[in-house]
Amino acid sequence: MPIAAIILLPLLGAALPPLVARHGRPAPAWAAALVTSAALAITLWLTPQVLAGGEIHSHRDWIPLLGLSLSFRLDGLALLFVLLITGIGLLVFLYAFYYLPAKDGLGRFYALLLLFQGAMLGIVLSDNLLLLLIFWELTSLSSFLLIAYNPQTRVARQGARMALAITAGGGLALLAGFLLLGAIVGSFELSVVLASGDLVREHPLHLPALLLILAGAFTKSAQFPFHFWLPNAMSAPTPVSAYLHSATMVKAGVFLLARLFPVFSGTETWFYLVGGVGMFTLLFGAYIAIFKHDLKGLLAYSTISHLGLITFLFGLGTPLGAVAALFHVGNHAVFKASLFMAAGIIDHETGTRDMRQINGLWRFMPYTATLAMVAAAAMAGVPLLNGFLSKEMFFAETVHTDWLGPLNWLIPTAATLAGIFAVAYSMRFIHDVFFNGAPIDLPRTPHEPPFWMKIPVAVLVAACLLIGIVPAQTVRPILDVGVDSLLGFSPDFSLAIWHGLSLPFLMSLIALLGGLALYSQRQRLFAAHDRYFPRTSGAAAFQYTVLRVRQLANDLIARIDNESLRRYVAWLIGTTIVLAATPLLLGDFHLAGERAPTPLDGIAATILLVLAVATLATVRVRRQRLRALIVISLVGLMVTLTFIHFSAPDLALTQLSVELITTVLMLLALFFLPGDPALSVSRWRHRRDLTLAAVAGLGTAIVAFALMTRTTPSISDYFLAFSKPFGGGQNVVNVILVDFRGLDTLGEITVLAIAATAIVALLWRLRLPIRAGDPTGRPWADDRHPLIMAAMSRPLLPLALTVAVFILLRGHNSPGGGFIAGLVAAVGLILQLLASGLAWTEARLRVSYFALVGVGLLLAAATGLGSLAFDRPFLTSATLHPHVSILGDLELASALAFDIGVFLVVLGTVMLILEGLGRLNRPGAANMSPRGED
Amino acid sequence: MNHLLLAPLLIPLAAGALLLIAERTSLRLRRSVSLIALAILLDVSLQLVALAGQGEIQVYLVGDWPAPFGIVLVLDRLAALLVALTSVLALATMAYALQGGDRDGPLFHALFQFQLLGLNGAFLTGDLFNLFVFFEILLIASYGLLLHGGGRQRTRAGLHYVVLNLIGSSLFLIAIGILYAVTGTLNMADLGRVLATLDPADAALAEAGALLLLGVFALKAAVLPLHFWLPHAYGHAAAPVAALFAIMTKVGVYAIVRVFGLFGHGDGPLAGVAGPWLAGAALATMAAGTVGAMASRDLRQKVAYLVMVSVGTLLIAVGLDSTAGLTGALFYLVHTTLVTGALFLLADLIAHGRPRAALISSDDERPAGSGPLAVLFFIAAIAVVGMPPLSGLIGKLLILDAARTTPWAPWIWTTVLLSGLLILVSMTRAGSDLFWRGGVSESCKAPAPRRLVPALLLLAASPALVIFGGPMSEFARATAVQTRDTAGYIEAVLGEAPASARIPREVP
Repeated sequence: MPIAAIILLPLLGAALPPLVARHGRPAPAWAAALVTSAALAITLWLTPQVLAGGEIHSHRDWIPLLGLSLSFRLDGLALLFVLLITGIGLLVFLYAFYYLPAKDGLGRFYALLLLFQGAMLGIVLSDNLLLLLIFWELTSLSSFLLIAYNPQTRVARQGARMALAITAGGGLALLAGFLLLGAIVGSFELSVVLASGDLVREHPLHLPALLLILAGAFTKSAQFPFHFWLPNAMSAPTPVSAYLHSATMVKAGVFLLARLFPVFSGTETWFYLVGGVGMFTLLFGAYIAIFKHDLKGLLAYSTISHLGLITFLFGLGTPLGAVAALFHVGNHAVFKASLFMAAGIIDHETGTRDMRQINGLWRFMPYTATLAMVAAAAMAGVPLLNGFLSKEMFFAETVHTDWLGPLNWLIPTAATLAGIFAVAYSMRFIHDVFFNGAPIDLPRTPHEPPFWMKIPVAVLVAACLLIGIVPAQTVRPILDVGVDSLLGFSPDFSLAIWHGLSLPFLMSLIALLGGLALYSQRQRLFAAHDRYFPRTSGAAAFQYTVLRVRQLANDLIARIDNESLRRYVAWLIGTTIVLAATPLLLGDFHLAGERAPTPLDGIAATILLVLAVATLATVRVRRQRLRALIVISLVGLMVTLTFIHFSAPDLALTQLSVELITTVLMLLALFFLPGDPALSVSRWRHRRDLTLAAVAGLGTAIVAFALMTRTTPSISDYFLAFSKPFGGGQNVVNVILVDFRGLDTLGEITVLAIAATAIVALLWRLRLPIRAGDPTGRPWADDRHPLIMAAMSRPLLPLALTVAVFILLRGHNSPGGGFIAGLVAAVGLILQLLASGLAWTEARLRVSYFALVGVGLLLAAATGLGSLAFDRPFLTSATLHPHVSILGDLELASALAFDIGVFLVVLGTVMLILEGLGRLNRPGAANMSPRGED
Repeated sequence: MNHLLLAPLLIPLAAGALLLIAERTSLRLRRSVSLIALAILLDVSLQLVALAGQGEIQVYLVGDWPAPFGIVLVLDRLAALLVALTSVLALATMAYALQGGDRDGPLFHALFQFQLLGLNGAFLTGDLFNLFVFFEILLIASYGLLLHGGGRQRTRAGLHYVVLNLIGSSLFLIAIGILYAVTGTLNMADLGRVLATLDPADAALAEAGALLLLGVFALKAAVLPLHFWLPHAYGHAAAPVAALFAIMTKVGVYAIVRVFGLFGHGDGPLAGVAGPWLAGAALATMAAGTVGAMASRDLRQKVAYLVMVSVGTLLIAVGLDSTAGLTGALFYLVHTTLVTGALFLLADLIAHGRPRAALISSDDERPAGSGPLAVLFFIAAIAVVGMPPLSGLIGKLLILDAARTTPWAPWIWTTVLLSGLLILVSMTRAGSDLFWRGGVSESCKAPAPRRLVPALLLLAASPALVIFGGPMSEFARATAVQTRDTAGYIEAVLGEAPASARIPREVP
């Protein structure tokens, strides 16, 4: 794939300059030149084939799902651009070596230039729209980095960001446009797209696709109103301006117009959009260029104007327009690159680019001045230079345009006016800089630059002359194949310098004389411009927009997110209500199911009443934490009673022990909390929260009623049927926990273990002072560990442990199990802690609670793994029937070992939390446990 | 039944338990345990990807109880992909944490392993209640990790996170309760089967339960307006934790894809129930994330908002309810998880040695030798913005192309592209302020290049996803096809026979 090599050489070669940078300053430049020369050599090797009318294609799949492929084409159009990119690239590399300060390492600079070069070559050689897009954005990125090559200055940073935002933004539009275009055609392959012009032009998506693609092209080629990034990109080092921002990258947009010319051109929309924008940009850029005091600023606006000219020519949609456009692409690249280089030399030698200071340089640097003047003359369109030829073709095309009917004369008039402006700013470049008196306050005394720095300029100027004098022998062949790849044929056109005394020649003459006249009246012109021309600039508007958008974002975020948990919760509950209520209100919701409600008995009614009252009371006294805690434990108790009343002893036991332990833990936590909060909440928020709570509660009640009156057959029937025969236990709840859904239980005990871990981690190094008394100011009791309590509690421990073991063992067949057993054992230990203190307990209980938890987890998991040895999946249970004296006939399921794991984890967890809380006020204990990680 | 399916659960569980037991041993030992476990996990998860890549859905009946009565683990391409993604992310973030971040608080390694247990379990389980359990595990572990290192801001953000997610857990339970009451089953495949032929009288109730569930998943995924916890929690978490959390929001997205995919099986009454809610919410989430990213002055918070943007993008694609959309979503998911993970690490490295940490400020000096860091930031920014030549572009292209034929297309295209542009502007501003503006500090040095390796590894995924874009996108498409083939999933799960022939397969 020689074509791919043309792109890959600079892309991969970009790694070379930084690698060789330590071998002296010239090394990176040589490396870059070598890489580009190789790419150029391959191109030249392929050129005869292309000139003979053969397009070269290569194709390789990449992401077929997307239609993205590594397809390349080298046709006439691509050839023209490749020669420009590599040829001018080489000259720029030479120039840059002398331009950049001697102290700069050149590795990074040449790497970026090569990266850009590879991307630019990719754009022109791609035969796949998506591939082209990738290279397109790569040029924007490398341009961004090159503009900010010296990022210390504010303008450089701003210019770089602006250029990236505009061109990458255009790239996004282009992406959308390409997606549409690809959808219309059914392929992203250019070969297919180019052959589908009629299909595209008649498709309903034609206009959006065109608009989006044009947005991409216009931003890249700095067409009005996206032009302003280009002058702001002039803070880049001059080699970059010469290469990217005049000769190549900004041509990517017009290249795209050329590439898609067969698909889109010729319609009315195309003419009005492309031609209109082009013409306006041409005039606007040329006019503004006159008033720029900065040398590079003048050249930048001139570039904008010339890009407008090329755009306009493509917009015409005529074969000869396309010829002229292509011709001017090359001509402009040649003379503008040399002008930028000359401007760079002047900047380099004088230390400024301000034309109000730079005057009369002819005396100091006659050679450079000569070269610059020839190039400027080409820019103005003076005969015998290349600029004249393409401009003459442009004038000729404007004369023949027939789009505006009776207003057709407007187009040649505008063209001539633009010509006048162009002559005027070219004149200014020549006269103001090289003549016009003596220099004013130059930072440096100017003299000729190093010999080799002038060589690239000289080569380009020679090209201007050569093309201008013998066009047919020099550019004609390439132009022919270039146009051929646009139109499918090469129209008949003449490149002669003298066409006789025709209208276009007359226009050229008017432009020349008019421009000279305008320049001679420049003082008045400047004054008038200052007074009447509107002061707004695109760049300022852009900056302002960015600033406003950011302010808007700040305001929005500040308004939405006030970091109030209350608001977050309100949103959560509110959203939930909306989500759940929508189907119930809008759908076909049947409240009652087929089951009749259980009749209300006195006990249930009492429990429910107390439950409701206690719940409301909790809300009522929520500010007094201790009271709230006592009332809320009443709620828990009522729930426990409900479980007992409706025959769920397992649940009741669990609920009771959990209730007990949480209350103890919360009491401990309360001890450390600061005084009661006195929040003031606005009435509106109060009502909002009340409403949300009421609706949510009511909704839950309605749904609960609907559910409990339904009788859907469920998987629980299976559990009831097979708990005993296959699960080996009569307590179905326990068999579900340790067998049917053992993985859930394993997960839940892990949650407990993690909770303990997280709490210990949270409390790490946290030390809270003990307040002298309770919030009302009463001091704590002196007796921290009352003797009677200690004495009473000690015998309770063995009792509690015995009960725990009992509950654990019977769990599989009767209410009980590892979870409850763990809690019961924990209660026994907590009592010791409360009665005798942490130190006392710790001295007697030499167990690491973490080890307890870890071993418990491992035991549970290992039990589950045991079944793998019997070729059964994880957590498959097995049952044994040993006969043990006293306890009688035991049915020992393997699930018991699992349950012991549960027991250990629960016990360890509770103790860890308790210990963590108990430690909070012990000074100096910080690094004892858990271990500080160091 | 392939026991390998257990490994992603048992490895972190055992490692976590061992780390608890070894809590008082040397840091070196604990680090080794942690690292070895992660290495094995990565190896196993790659094997699982290969296994799932064969195309057959693997079902594991835990306890040898047949579905729907026992709990099943299910390995399809989707689950394998996410487990593998988690392992890769975990290994890189752990490598970063081992540079010293793990010493900022106790028990980091144990919590980290438990976090992985929760994530892997959520991806592998085929049971709705079991999903709840694994959500609990990953949430409670994340509470612990979030607070790792302590500090006022972190604790405050952590509290908000805990409270909101506890409410979320309650809602999850209520939702499961409703669905169980209506269908009598908890197995996700069985739920799909039963819901397809649901009694119309119960349809509204089932839908309420499903939407409640959607709310819970949306909370995990940080969808507007349930996103409030994310910017603060992620913005203040320790770097390796925040990087690991890059996968957390994706669990919510995964759950939506999996559960609502099955709920819609056979065009039953719940088919497409999530779609209308998702579409609007996803666009709004993306917009809000973009606005937040623009407004953030702290780089870490900016990245946190970018996580929100990625959630929005993912849900836009998921909401399309098409194979193409899901393909794009999956490709983008891999990309965004790894890249945002890398960005969290980078933000931490950038904060290192600056007077005001990761605050994007004009006048702060940057440490000497920030060059390599700047390069990595530039690359990460390109990837996250979705510019060529990195993976964000491919993901976006797939999603935009999938959205093209839908009525939402103009909205989706505009939002996605505009958001990309605004984030680009915001990221270039951040980069230029951080690395170009201000002076270079004499006294302070940027982190040594070797410290950038974990972030570099994560970032390397982005070009790799592009270079191997062909096979990657094909895998994503095959995954999407398999995920949307609910009939195949249901058949695989309910058809799996217990190892023991004695075990009855239905109620007599």
